[in-house]
Amino acid sequence: MAKQKEKPAMLDRYRVLDLTDDRGAFCGKIMAELGADVVKVERPGGDPSRNIGPFYKDIPDPEKSLSWFAFNQNKRGITLNIETKDGQEIFKRLARKADFVIESFKPGYLDKLGLGYAALSKINPKIILTSITPFGQAGPYSTYNSPDLVTMSMAGYALICGDSDRPPVRFSSDQSYYQSSLQATVGTLIAHYHREMSGEGQHVDVSMQESMIWTLCYAPHDWYLLHQIIHTREGAYWKRLGVTYRLIWPCKDGYVCYRLLMAQPGAEVMNDLIASMNKEGLGLSMKDISWTTLSFTEVPQEQINQWEVEIGKYFLRHTKRELHEEAIRQRNVLQPVNDAKDLYESPQLASRDFWVQIRHPELRASLTYPGPYFRSTETMWQKGKRAPLIGEHNDAIYGKELGLTKEQLAILKRENVI
Amino acid sequence: MKSKYALEGLKVVDFSWVFTGPIVTKYLGDHGAEVIKIESATRPDGTRLMTPFKPGAMGLNASGVFANYNSSKYSININLREPRGKEVVKKLVQRADIVLETFGPGVMTKLQLNYDVLKQVKQDIIMLSMTMVGQTGPHSQQPSFGQVLQATNGFVQLLGWPDRTPSLPVAAYTDYIAPWYVLIALMAALDFRRRTGKGQYIDLAMLEASVHLAAPVVMDYTVNGTIQNRMGNRNPGYAPHGVYPGKGEERWIAIAVASDEEWQALCKVMGNPEWTKSPKFDTLLHRTENQDELDKLMGQWTKNHTPEEIMAKLQAAGVAAGVLQNAEDMVDKDPQLKLRQHFVELDHAEMGKHLTERPPFKLSKTPSEPQRPFPSFGEHTEYVCKEILKMGDAEFADLIGTGVLA
Repeated sequence: MAKQKEKPAMLDRYRVLDLTDDRGAFCGKIMAELGADVVKVERPGGDPSRNIGPFYKDIPDPEKSLSWFAFNQNKRGITLNIETKDGQEIFKRLARKADFVIESFKPGYLDKLGLGYAALSKINPKIILTSITPFGQAGPYSTYNSPDLVTMSMAGYALICGDSDRPPVRFSSDQSYYQSSLQATVGTLIAHYHREMSGEGQHVDVSMQESMIWTLCYAPHDWYLLHQIIHTREGAYWKRLGVTYRLIWPCKDGYVCYRLLMAQPGAEVMNDLIASMNKEGLGLSMKDISWTTLSFTEVPQEQINQWEVEIGKYFLRHTKRELHEEAIRQRNVLQPVNDAKDLYESPQLASRDFWVQIRHPELRASLTYPGPYFRSTETMWQKGKRAPLIGEHNDAIYGKELGLTKEQLAILKRENVI
Repeated sequence: MKSKYALEGLKVVDFSWVFTGPIVTKYLGDHGAEVIKIESATRPDGTRLMTPFKPGAMGLNASGVFANYNSSKYSININLREPRGKEVVKKLVQRADIVLETFGPGVMTKLQLNYDVLKQVKQDIIMLSMTMVGQTGPHSQQPSFGQVLQATNGFVQLLGWPDRTPSLPVAAYTDYIAPWYVLIALMAALDFRRRTGKGQYIDLAMLEASVHLAAPVVMDYTVNGTIQNRMGNRNPGYAPHGVYPGKGEERWIAIAVASDEEWQALCKVMGNPEWTKSPKFDTLLHRTENQDELDKLMGQWTKNHTPEEIMAKLQAAGVAAGVLQNAEDMVDKDPQLKLRQHFVELDHAEMGKHLTERPPFKLSKTPSEPQRPFPSFGEHTEYVCKEILKMGDAEFADLIGTGVLA
């Protein structure tokens, strides 16, 4: 696809005040890439999530966190201590003109400071406040301490991941934070649609646990309809209707993901794979099988296992790229198990100009970021600038916008308000 | 205008099927939008045939997963190959705000129902196509499905034990990333249309959207050249950080300790056993260095207690701990999910009682609510034609008689 011409953003320059840490930063980032003016409000000294790695050149430094960069791209940044009276007054002045506030504090924290939804909606009835927490604003677990591992566990996700002979595992990545940030953005924009129709703002209360439950697919229904817990941890395998299939297969340089296709439209492509195997003297017994009409409830598990051994031998002789390219030619469904390097080198992503460069003048470098996930006839994903430095836009917001004098700013700084 | 639901008045023509698209239109429908799901007699939504089924119920109206993802919709059966079928579609599009489709690239063009055509019908229509890897590019024509595609996006590589084959997320994980991005794009496009009067066509790729959820991992490579690998349950900055056996079969407890203060609180709940006083465990740094041994010792304590008991005690002491809940725990027991009414029981004329989920966010003034249970296959063909499109009886009978509608 040719380079896109400059087009406008989908969202207007709506003002978003982003009070989140790493649990909610992704929400504001999505708003920013759609065109909103997202102002990150950090405590003086910076948001503690600036200390989460990985770091640029592996140097731990609050101005070098790649996680921070990734989830705060295209935002502006100010520092403000909202636990002080002056800080609260300044925040209220900002909220008066803001369209959205996003936060991920413990439930009740903003209320205690006089900055909860009740207070903000008095100042600005149109405001939308979005709160992202592990279990929601109220209820018996709402005060629980719950980093990603605990939320993944309470959401039933961890239990079904991993190998049967070891404890369940989570993704080595805080997926519950990102999933709930996405859901929070959905809820926020639905509330925004309503506001533009009715003039009414509201409070959006997001639960990370429920966000992850949304990814479970069958499990709740297996229980409700059949009173069965069907999925346990099967590692590289998948069990359904009493049949176990291999899904992750070792190959020459890593792994590929593939499932034996049987008894379904499109299963005829199995014959092309088997023809390739036959050329190397493998899978000779698999010739002339009518894969589309085969009934997999009638094929014994041992037969499936035996076929899988043959296919496994073939995969071991080839790289994931070779196998993927062959699958594309044969219109088969096999995919490589990609790591970050494979993604970066993906011809598909390259063909759509997915990767973008963002300049970091302080590092004297341009860093490569994931880019647009949609293409539109009228609008455009906004790359914007690198994430803000600590307090980078204090002058622009406090001075130019709120009209605080240099003297006032100096006092606020001395008092550790900004 | 005050409305009970946030999206009242919004009209959606929905060609999507399987998981991603239907989840999107369920969210819209549960918030009050009118969603018309287009199926055809020869091609029902494949999820209708997906297990688990209601025991005793048969056919296309008994799948638990389908029921969950299709509340609040109308289903109309149209033969899209018939010119007069296309005309019915165009009449629906004429009065719609959004068209959603999740076919492979080129299918809507073959059906002569692509954006160029539909824009002629409704000049400011917002049309979104969601595909695995996008409408263009060298991999765009490869057939695939979420369960396999999730490996491409980097998530499989990050799940499991470093000394073993990676693990597979049981449900296709990326199928549960794309819906939220599609919803975000649609809601933002509606805002753009309100301000500019312009509709648009959006080509949204599941692969590209998913990469953003692994951004720090990906940038560790693009910036530092480091390829991150799965770490089991390890997490830098925490120790202990793991899943430990509890009393009972397949009962587990997750515990995550981020500071020495939390560690002291954990030791107190465990009764300060002698081993906790070892210098191997006195600081976060030391515990990180001795995690294998720490995990073993922790497990010896946890296995004598139920995970529920451990969770209650540790959380009361401020330590992060959670039961590895199974579906029974979540559907029947979890008091938090009950309070938030995450699972809603609905009664369908044919299937009977089944579950549907609510979105994980609560809008304080316009909360979502399933408007009605999922539609039986083609349940609303007549309703949509006669009540919504105001089609005459004779024309409707003719379209049914000639197999254009079913």
